[in-house]
Amino acid sequence: MAVNAKGAVAAVPDPLGLDGRAGSAVPIQLLTPEGERVEHPDYPLEVSAAEVQALYRDLVLVRRIDFEAIALQRQGELGIWASLLGQEAAQVGSARALGPGDMAFPTYREHGVAWCRGLDPVKLLELFRGVSHGGWDPKAHGLHLYTIVIGCQALHATGYAMGIQRDGAVGEDGEAAIAYFGDGATSQGDVNEAFIWASVTNAPVVFFCQNNQWAISEPLERQSRVPLYQRAYGFGFPGIRVDGNDVLACLAVTRKAMQAAREGQGPTLIEAFTYRMGAHTTTDDPTRYRLAAELESWKLKDPIERVKAYLVRSRLADMEFFERVDAEADEMGARVRKSCLEMPDPAPLAIFENVYAEPNALIDSEREQFAAYLDSFTGEEVAR
Amino acid sequence: MTALTLSRALNEGLRKALESDPKVLILGEDVGKLGGVFRVTDGLQKDFGEARVIDTPLAESGIVGTAIGLALRGYRPVCEIQFDGFVYPAFDQIVSQLAKMRLRSLGNVSLPVVIRIPFGGGIGAVEHHSESPEALFAHTPGLRVVACGDPADAYVMVQQSIRCDDPVIFFEPKRRYWDRAEVDIAGGLAASIPLDKARTLVSGTDVTVLAYGPMVRTCAEAAVAAAADGRSLEVIDLRSLAPLDTEAIFASVRRTGRCVVVHEAAISGGIGAEIAARVTEECFYHLEAPVLRVCGYSTPYPPSRLEEHYLPDLDRVLDGVDRTFGY
Repeated sequence: MAVNAKGAVAAVPDPLGLDGRAGSAVPIQLLTPEGERVEHPDYPLEVSAAEVQALYRDLVLVRRIDFEAIALQRQGELGIWASLLGQEAAQVGSARALGPGDMAFPTYREHGVAWCRGLDPVKLLELFRGVSHGGWDPKAHGLHLYTIVIGCQALHATGYAMGIQRDGAVGEDGEAAIAYFGDGATSQGDVNEAFIWASVTNAPVVFFCQNNQWAISEPLERQSRVPLYQRAYGFGFPGIRVDGNDVLACLAVTRKAMQAAREGQGPTLIEAFTYRMGAHTTTDDPTRYRLAAELESWKLKDPIERVKAYLVRSRLADMEFFERVDAEADEMGARVRKSCLEMPDPAPLAIFENVYAEPNALIDSEREQFAAYLDSFTGEEVAR
Repeated sequence: MTALTLSRALNEGLRKALESDPKVLILGEDVGKLGGVFRVTDGLQKDFGEARVIDTPLAESGIVGTAIGLALRGYRPVCEIQFDGFVYPAFDQIVSQLAKMRLRSLGNVSLPVVIRIPFGGGIGAVEHHSESPEALFAHTPGLRVVACGDPADAYVMVQQSIRCDDPVIFFEPKRRYWDRAEVDIAGGLAASIPLDKARTLVSGTDVTVLAYGPMVRTCAEAAVAAAADGRSLEVIDLRSLAPLDTEAIFASVRRTGRCVVVHEAAISGGIGAEIAARVTEECFYHLEAPVLRVCGYSTPYPPSRLEEHYLPDLDRVLDGVDRTFGY
């Protein structure tokens, strides 16, 4: 990966003949894998030591949530877990670019986004434990529910953005939506329809694609013959490739795209170039389809190590800071574990709750029948 | 009272909804300047603007998917799917997203989205323009499914559906779009039959005939013909297919002892099958004959030169009625 993105831009060929409009295949980078801060003329970023420390803390805590959840799955406490290992910077950087009025539409892997939107990680475990299908209030967190069917949420984000337009909430203090999805999702009709809708309506929405190179076992070349960020140009809006393992670059690029959307300049596609370091989910075995060497090469680009290196080298944080963050992670890990183990199953009759907003005779009668059936047992049998 | 076609009655109902709630939006293909291919949205864009009556790109999943997003932002979108056979690209958004969002959010999110679908055959159309996919949606928990049968009900039901906080799949009998009848467009909805209730169209004593959408008129006509033969048919317009107004169905069958369900949709796995099962469970000792179904066959919809043989008509309804007396 080039260190000096500016220099690299000129050197990149233009295979589609887009006359420079297609951006650069070299990802925008503000922090090298070695932890060296570099500048980019289009993405100046002023960050204080405290802000970088806060981002580092986010990254470490989010990785810890992931680590604990994988362990809980291995112990049989969760049905499944979709690990975000390796994608912490893409998620934290982009989500920290959001304001309270913005709405994020995540997939099932956006634990880092959920963290930054203030959702208690225990809520995520509910979903993967099978206690609920999510169950949080999207409005309270500016975070829509996890969407499992690939790509559907891109249309929800676009429709939501059309609502922002109709509310007159476009302008300097405007609001915007951001849709998260992966490289595999770019093949879905819904994502392509969302691109079309967003383009022709000039909707205030940012499409944040984490290209982690793998859709379960299928490499990117099964999804696309062109770099994903270039897709945007066919739809009529800008596409940008950012180093997805660089939290500062993800922050700067998303900030700019979100502000453009809020101000009425329409959508942007951001391709965060990253790598899924773990399995697709805890049920997957990536050794069946990818080489260990690939994983090793990406380990050198770890999103957390480079921030740590930067903080240490630039003397922006001392050892006490790192110890404090580690201690907080330990504490949070313990709390997450404990909360998961103590999480009660819902009552059986909860099956009938929240199917309809309005009274529904069919649901009522089935609830009654099931309650009577449960009552036909005695004592302990139905208590759990 | 004003005499209106069913298409016009829907138009007036939509107009009322747009007037009374600024959050109501209409979106679909050709709903703007053209006023929809059946003219149901005629003149609405002119009067309410392009921000509220939206000509969308030509992609049904996109129509429903963005409607969900608009509803999440507090709007009440009314989607028009141009023809029954074109709803399938949106099936995933309807079944996996629209129907389940309330449960997924533990009640934090309601999606008051209406999806209007012209359905049924009898208009001599090409393939994919004459289908009756209502059972697919009635089988999907989280959705309400309704079908209007005449202009007065169309006017009321479309407004009730828009006010409903649950997603509603709203079926319109396309061959009845140009049927004309008196509609009270001055009155409010307070005195109307609730959206989830059936309505007895013709009272009778011998056989309960259940219908909805385009078959309502067919069955009402069959009742007149049967009366000439000395048979008294009770014709019930189901209106709501999910949930079914089982109370009304059972009460009628317990009186008549016979039940015939009529729909254009393929017989297998259809609404009639559901009704037959429930009537058998709840009215077993009142039944003089098994519940019979007069429906489309278990085949794809035929080319239009054959549709008169596929579609239940007055004679087939009477034949079904006759058969219930053969037990």
